[in-house]
Amino acid sequence: MAYFKDKEPTELKAKAVFAIAVIALIFSLLTFRIWYLQIVKGSYYKDLSEGNRIRLTAISAPRGLILDTKGNLLAENTPGFDLYIVPEDITHLEKTTHEITRLINIDIDLIDEKLKASKRRPRFQPVKIKENLSWEEAAKISAYTYELPGVILHVGPKRVYPYTFATAHLLGYMGEINENELRELSTSTGAPYKSDDLIGQYGIEVLLEHELKGIDGGRQIEVDVRGREIRSLKSIPSKPGNNVVLTIDLKTQLTAWDAMVGKVGAVVAIDPRNGKILAMVSSPSFDPNEFSVGVSENYWKEILRNPLDVMMNRTIQGQYPPASTFKIVTAAAALEEGVITPQTKIKSGGQFKLNRHIFRDWKASGHGKINVTEAIIESADTFFYQVGLKTGMSTIAEYAKHFGFGDITDVGLKNEKYGLVPTAEWKKARYGTSWYDGETVTAAVGQSYLLTTPLQLLNAYAAIANGGTIYKPSLVERVVGYDDETILDFEAEIKGSLPLSEENIEIIRNGLRGVISHEDGTARWINIPELKIAGKTGTAQVVRMKERSKDIEDQPYKLRDHALFVGFAPYDNPIIAVAVIVEHGGFGSTTAAPIARDVIKTYIENNQELLLKEVPDEKETEVPEKP
Amino acid sequence: MIDKRQIMQTDMLLLGAMICLSVIGVVAIYSATFAQGPYYSTRQLYWLLFGLIVIIPIIIIDYMVYERLAYVIYALCIITLVAVLIIGHKVGGAQRWINLGFASFQPSEFAKIAFTLALARYLSLRPPVHGGMGLRQLVVPGLIMVVPFLLIAKEPDLGTGLIFVFIFCSMMIINKIRLKTIIIIFFGLAAMFPLAWMQLKGYQQARLLSFIDPSRDPLGSGYHLHQSKIAIGSGGLFGTGFTESKQASLRFLPEHHTDFIFPVLAEEWGLIGSFVVLALFLIFIMRGINTALNAKDRFGFLLAFGLTSMIFWHMSINIAMVTGLLPVVGVPLPFLSYGGSFLLTTLISSALIINISMRKYILG
Repeated sequence: MAYFKDKEPTELKAKAVFAIAVIALIFSLLTFRIWYLQIVKGSYYKDLSEGNRIRLTAISAPRGLILDTKGNLLAENTPGFDLYIVPEDITHLEKTTHEITRLINIDIDLIDEKLKASKRRPRFQPVKIKENLSWEEAAKISAYTYELPGVILHVGPKRVYPYTFATAHLLGYMGEINENELRELSTSTGAPYKSDDLIGQYGIEVLLEHELKGIDGGRQIEVDVRGREIRSLKSIPSKPGNNVVLTIDLKTQLTAWDAMVGKVGAVVAIDPRNGKILAMVSSPSFDPNEFSVGVSENYWKEILRNPLDVMMNRTIQGQYPPASTFKIVTAAAALEEGVITPQTKIKSGGQFKLNRHIFRDWKASGHGKINVTEAIIESADTFFYQVGLKTGMSTIAEYAKHFGFGDITDVGLKNEKYGLVPTAEWKKARYGTSWYDGETVTAAVGQSYLLTTPLQLLNAYAAIANGGTIYKPSLVERVVGYDDETILDFEAEIKGSLPLSEENIEIIRNGLRGVISHEDGTARWINIPELKIAGKTGTAQVVRMKERSKDIEDQPYKLRDHALFVGFAPYDNPIIAVAVIVEHGGFGSTTAAPIARDVIKTYIENNQELLLKEVPDEKETEVPEKP
Repeated sequence: MIDKRQIMQTDMLLLGAMICLSVIGVVAIYSATFAQGPYYSTRQLYWLLFGLIVIIPIIIIDYMVYERLAYVIYALCIITLVAVLIIGHKVGGAQRWINLGFASFQPSEFAKIAFTLALARYLSLRPPVHGGMGLRQLVVPGLIMVVPFLLIAKEPDLGTGLIFVFIFCSMMIINKIRLKTIIIIFFGLAAMFPLAWMQLKGYQQARLLSFIDPSRDPLGSGYHLHQSKIAIGSGGLFGTGFTESKQASLRFLPEHHTDFIFPVLAEEWGLIGSFVVLALFLIFIMRGINTALNAKDRFGFLLAFGLTSMIFWHMSINIAMVTGLLPVVGVPLPFLSYGGSFLLTTLISSALIINISMRKYILG
């Protein structure tokens, strides 16, 4: 053991003093250095950190594409120029904004408004002034870069809808996120949204916002004193949004839109075997491309001035009396409850008297003694007045609800309307008066207080077409990640089933087929034998009239009846069901039915392979090509 | 083995500084890697708990035992260092780790302790001749240092190799060395500098050059330093707050949980936080020096001094490096930087110093 025998106090002390001196020197050096960096140069580095020199700019993630079921592009992105300014880099703000208004088409008040709205942003974060500059504007701005410090052009993806008006209500449009949305989204989902981000505002763009959005990346750039980029230091790439394949069939959609141009109303088509929506058109329509670049004031005014409520998706938000199309519900209730049998013949004249009221038939000469099938074919009002009265309103209402009336279809689009199935209780609560038999009579033919949306009506007919199943209508076939992996696949969802026997469904179906194929059918003009269409016309009264005029041109537009047609084809193996409503279009048979026929024709001609299958609802039969 | 009176002698200040710094380390790592989740901080916490258990027997066993085993431990260490070069696995171009299955460990870290033990043992047996050691007396200690140094430099791990040189010089100077000898060695090394320069890897040369002229390559080697200074400087007096480091969360500061943990801490806790950490280190080091001076024997004196100098140089070089006073050499900050082997090494070193301070009085 070597003890400290050689320990000499003085020598050791000298050593210790030396060591402690070195330690003290180095500690002082470090202390001074840290103090220098954090206090003396603190604000300088703070500026650097906050972006005086090194700034973080977002790389917008390309939004997911929207495709139709066959892989046609319905919504895509193209590069566009955005104009930003960094107020901290601008020495004479007024001069600069004035210069900007001289170079591009923008109102000076709008610039001030944008600057005011962005008061709370971090320092040196650019403020978006205008989106999607034209080529000329972008060229002018870039020519003046050196005279305009703090003004930045940025290339970002822009949403484009190639079929504009035809798909507007379906796809929706993009708009700048508002403060409420920003707050809600950042608290509920932690989604990466920033204050001037675009967000889906309508239609599919809202419904699938979280799939389409993607994750923005970032880029750290070094800028000079005038805010111009010197070099890129580091970038984190963005993750594109997922692509969405819709159940929509583009050709069918376009046929529907072409037929509706200039008219007011809605067309919606569905695959009755699974609830896939094939077309969804509402008219009048708007140009969603105008919205995705920040809607111009003029365009907004134009839309607001239009009395026809352009922004309403009539397929789910328009509420109409189902009129004669509702007769199948009355028939179903009466047959199933035993009020009539398929063979029961009832004398159906030109009018029906109840107490002292007269209820007219559309055919003044009457229909003679007919059974339920014939009554559907000829749309005999007086037949259903009598049958409806016998069946009773509560029973009819109960069946109507089974058909899906008075309830949303859950298609997922925002603000879907419920429609209305009146009952005695409802009327008591709503108006405080009791239910009259006369109201049962008119409800039996789809008038009275009854209201339906086109999609609701269509789904009821789709159930008749497929043998009694109510599917949840769906718009999404597939969601595909940018790396081609399938994230979500369509699965048919059953909402309920009709409480009808197979025989009774068959009777209604035969009646509906007769509407087109029979020589007395109300829509016999649209008969194309190989399409085998079945369906029902409807003419919804807008105002109650003493006597119906045969010539719609005689009536003022606002008072004309709504024309309805809803049907499916081929009636023995239906692959498409269509509902058409033309507001103030007059008779269903002459205005609405031909549109439905065109839509059915386009779909069947382009999807012949679906007819060949015995069991047609297997998924493999309709896998579209990859985009 | 241990006496109640010895426990009473435990240096509470040193122990307290050690625990405070280690806990600050776990918290700082949690905050620095906040965006990546708690992976690193959890692992560091497990290493800390493991280390606190490991040091108990190391404190209880009289350091006399380590003195006897010093050369054996040293030899074992050299063998593992050779093994690393043969079977070790590579991370980022450097072959520094041995995989044990459940964890990887870095023998070069533990080699610092083994080397200090061996050097203390050697020097304690040979009291310096009058006037201090000359070149001849430096041959064997030099060899004790050069063997692990070369093995580690080969991995390559310039930072750790540098620490060996610093510990060696500290212990030699404290053991007394002739001024003439120092001058000869200094000029000898200066003459060898061009040769050493050629031995450096490209990135090591680049780091040295960009230190001399940071604008040479602001995106490459200068980038670390630039981001590090921005982080420290932007902390100001009070800092940005816990988990609020911009530089780390945006990942613009690389290695923010290992070598560059101090800038994150300085950014989040400001000057106050930086000074608290510096003060804790100062307490630790002064207590280490005090332990050395009061040690009951030469070996205890040299070992305590050597280990304290190891912690001291690690801290000084790291902070000087992140504040831009020295070029970027991979030297971690004791107790705070992420890394199991390194934390364990610093904890064991502290345990040995505590061990010596507990036995400063000759008992029995």
